[in-house]
Amino acid sequence: MSSHFKKKANTKQDIPTASLPDIIFMLLIFFMVTTVLRETTVQVRTQLPQAEALTKIDQKRLVSYIWIGPRKLERLQLGETAVQIDDALVEDLGNIRTIMYRKLTEQPKLIVSLRVDETSEMGIVTGVEQELRQAGTLRINYSTKRLIVQ
Amino acid sequence: MAGLLKKKKSREAEIPTASMADIAFLLLIFFLVTTTIDVDTGIGMVLPPPLEDETPPPVKERNMLKILINEQGQILLEDRPSAVNMVRGEIKKHVTNFGREANYSESPNKAVISIKTAAQTPYNAYIDVLDETWMAYFEIWDSEARQKGHVDYTAYVNAIVDGPNEIREKFPAAISIAEPDTQ
Repeated sequence: MSSHFKKKANTKQDIPTASLPDIIFMLLIFFMVTTVLRETTVQVRTQLPQAEALTKIDQKRLVSYIWIGPRKLERLQLGETAVQIDDALVEDLGNIRTIMYRKLTEQPKLIVSLRVDETSEMGIVTGVEQELRQAGTLRINYSTKRLIVQ
Repeated sequence: MAGLLKKKKSREAEIPTASMADIAFLLLIFFLVTTTIDVDTGIGMVLPPPLEDETPPPVKERNMLKILINEQGQILLEDRPSAVNMVRGEIKKHVTNFGREANYSESPNKAVISIKTAAQTPYNAYIDVLDETWMAYFEIWDSEARQKGHVDYTAYVNAIVDGPNEIREKFPAAISIAEPDTQ
């Protein structure tokens, strides 16, 4: 009789792992829903400048990026400053107008985030801005990192 | 012997679920690695709509605080060479002048900050000045919100929900990015 009870106690000792997959799946679904996959490969280097007066853009779906910076070449070399929208480099700045206008018709609340390398010159940045004005995408954001004050 | 075997067989009939967690973990790690959660932070601006051969509205000389940044990233503040850390104080003085001093603005909602750059100006220098300009306004808004009995401006914005933003109406941040000279 006593040995019988002892055996029963032994079988109940392991932790029930049946609910573990459910918990992990829950986490998995949370991450799948909250994150956006990085869909483009950036062909220019964008080392962002630092700033204090930051605003956050919560609605990531409204944001369209424009990268401006020196081109990444082979063996970590850097080339001429170039402008990239989506997956392709923009050869002629005049094309930005049509590209951004098309994006604006798809998303009227579009915010253009300019990810500009800190070593860039203002000439190209203002050139892009003038095109954005012509396209009508007036809400912009100069992407910056948070300044860490010592 | 036979009885022992039979007992073992009946226990193994259930599907082993222990490895399910491992599979789900692998998927989880995959998504953790491949996704970016970083929230885009930056300095927000609204560009002016394109002008069709019309001159921009005239701004009185005293209401305009002109900041020029040259090719070396040096700053000219109302024709005086100055450092980046002087910009913030000067803007606050300009905006909160309320017509006291003749060289500064008449009232906060008439004050305009004009930032002008050259084509070769480093982007870094421009962002530094723009940052200081916004910080000046943030500090003005913060102190105004404190006078209204809030902790800071963010708390004030949260408190008014969709109501009129009095602070923003009193101190509209009029930052003008001057068009570059076409050489």
